[in-house]
Amino acid sequence: MDFLTLIQLLDSTVRLATPLLLACLAGLFSERAGIFDIGLEGKMLAAAFFSAAIAALTGSVWLGLLAGIAASMAFSLLHGLASITFRGNQLISGVAINFLAAGLTVLIAQDWFSQGGRTPSLMGGGRFEPLILPFAESIGTIPFLGPIYQELISGHSILVYIAFAMVPLTWWVLFRTRFGLRLRAVGENPGAVDTAGVSVVGLRYAAVMICGVLCGIAGAYLSTALQAGFVKDMSAGRGFIALAALIFAKWRPWHALYATLLFGLFGALETRPDVIQAIFGIKVQGALLGALPYVMTVIILAGFVGKAIPPRAGGEPYVKER
Amino acid sequence: MEVMPKWAEVILVPLISLLLAAVLSALVIMAIGEDPIEAVNLMVTGALGSTYGWGYTLYYATNFLFTGLAVSVAFHAGLFNIGGEGQAMLGGLGVALACLLIPWPHWTLAILGATAGAALFGAAWAAIPAYLQAKRGSHIVITTIMFNFIAAALLNYLLVNVMRPQGSMDPASARFPETVHLPTLHDLLAPIGINFSKAAPANVTFLIAVLACVLVWFLLWRTWLGYEIRSYGKSEPAAKYGGISPTAITMIAMLISGGLAGMMAINNVMGEAERLVLNAVEGAGFIGIAVALMGRSHPFGVFLAAVLFGFLYQGGAELALWTNIPRELIVVIQALVILFTGALDNMVRMPLERLFLMMRRGNV
Repeated sequence: MDFLTLIQLLDSTVRLATPLLLACLAGLFSERAGIFDIGLEGKMLAAAFFSAAIAALTGSVWLGLLAGIAASMAFSLLHGLASITFRGNQLISGVAINFLAAGLTVLIAQDWFSQGGRTPSLMGGGRFEPLILPFAESIGTIPFLGPIYQELISGHSILVYIAFAMVPLTWWVLFRTRFGLRLRAVGENPGAVDTAGVSVVGLRYAAVMICGVLCGIAGAYLSTALQAGFVKDMSAGRGFIALAALIFAKWRPWHALYATLLFGLFGALETRPDVIQAIFGIKVQGALLGALPYVMTVIILAGFVGKAIPPRAGGEPYVKER
Repeated sequence: MEVMPKWAEVILVPLISLLLAAVLSALVIMAIGEDPIEAVNLMVTGALGSTYGWGYTLYYATNFLFTGLAVSVAFHAGLFNIGGEGQAMLGGLGVALACLLIPWPHWTLAILGATAGAALFGAAWAAIPAYLQAKRGSHIVITTIMFNFIAAALLNYLLVNVMRPQGSMDPASARFPETVHLPTLHDLLAPIGINFSKAAPANVTFLIAVLACVLVWFLLWRTWLGYEIRSYGKSEPAAKYGGISPTAITMIAMLISGGLAGMMAINNVMGEAERLVLNAVEGAGFIGIAVALMGRSHPFGVFLAAVLFGFLYQGGAELALWTNIPRELIVVIQALVILFTGALDNMVRMPLERLFLMMRRGNV
């Protein structure tokens, strides 16, 4: 395998890791606050549809992004209503959201565009174009470092850079601000937070809404940057891979980056069986490679390689003492 | 203290939840510019207006009975088994292996073998998450989700590379031999003079599913093991204090659950497709969640809910055929049912409880 193939492989790793990373960080905020969220998939899908639909109708990808975020946040609100206000089962609520998004997106797409549950292909301003970083052309001529800058670092859509910038930002918010300390506390011991006079309900809603925003960006990326338009079920299990990455990362932001990059690499390898054959000398089935994130997560969950301990109050509704 | 009388708990709460789901579904239909009443009419005639429609309704209901019972048994042990989809896929593998590898002389013997294969493979696929939950504390919801994806990848691999007959382009197993084809309801009802549609896929498995309902009811409410499962689900510390082993109950409940989900494959793989195809389960494993929630995890409730969803499925297919409403409407209805009967249960329950409390105070 030559250097250029490696660069190409890493380039598509970054592309495929971006939605996973955004969704993973979204789940991180929610689960750190004690709200399990298996509805990441559905929120991404809803956002993917509404971004593509609004971008197609208005011709503005930025309006599309806003619509995607709004749709995802609406589902977040529903999840918050079910799991915080009405103290329902968070897992069941997540399952419901996934199906609601899967059904509604196709239903509305068919109603609006009559193209068999897809949106028209996005063109021009309806898509996030790749950003060419300064001097990419001239630096690109430098051997070794040049191609890395020109091909790998430059030339992604703005959402990719936003996603990567979210990692330190998430770390800073969660571990260096008062809000972050309270948010983590509410996921470990909501009773203590309540005693300190801070609203458990407010904090949890805030976390769930942040989760909605990030899932919204992830979904918008799928339909307006990675691809040009929405197709039925286009999130294709990415929300669950993000969930797997979250466990893999043991609910830590930097590790979320590493985990999603690793899973992104698996995704990139899946499309390049020739590369695998060149490295390992054996033909690995693409389908089996696609299952690798799930297998690895089960192994991590089983505690054979380090133990993944979720936030202690995760999944449990908080009932104020009377 | 019980705030509500039992009838309100068992009938009123699910009914109101269902009504809310129905009203919202009607609004969705209206929002896409169709008439909900006409849609219901079309669904009823399409799904219940002919023996052909009934044949499909009962065929789908059979699938949902198995997966609904599977989710219910796990619910009773306080476990949420989202892995019905994967377990049913593996059940299909068990059925296919049993039908292809063993030369059965007659379908009556074959169905016993296939049932054993389906239950065994389904249970085996549930066993690993169950073990990890019982022994290593890994959350069963996450592991069963992961196992759904692993099952899909595994079946994809097996069907494309191993089980596909030579020269065939289809990612599917070879056709099952003629001797293991199951009699349809047409074959069963013809001798007693009822002319049931020949084209509909409902088959003898429906009777097995009904039998499974009765057996699950018997297991849960009339046996020692069922008592242990239910008490473990109600209160883990109390069950432990009573000498019930959490590991054993988690394992047993999940094995039964996985086995039931796997047995769905007798219906769709052996009864209908008569070979193992890719994506044979078609989401029935997930519908089991809605069915179990709506049926309040009671086998009789599950039966009613499964038939309702069978109706919705067949009716939805008819709608997609005759109107501009895509099949995905059923997914929306399914989601609303899960939402209202599962996650937003308290939204219905809290005001009702307040109402009954007021009535009781008024009486005193």
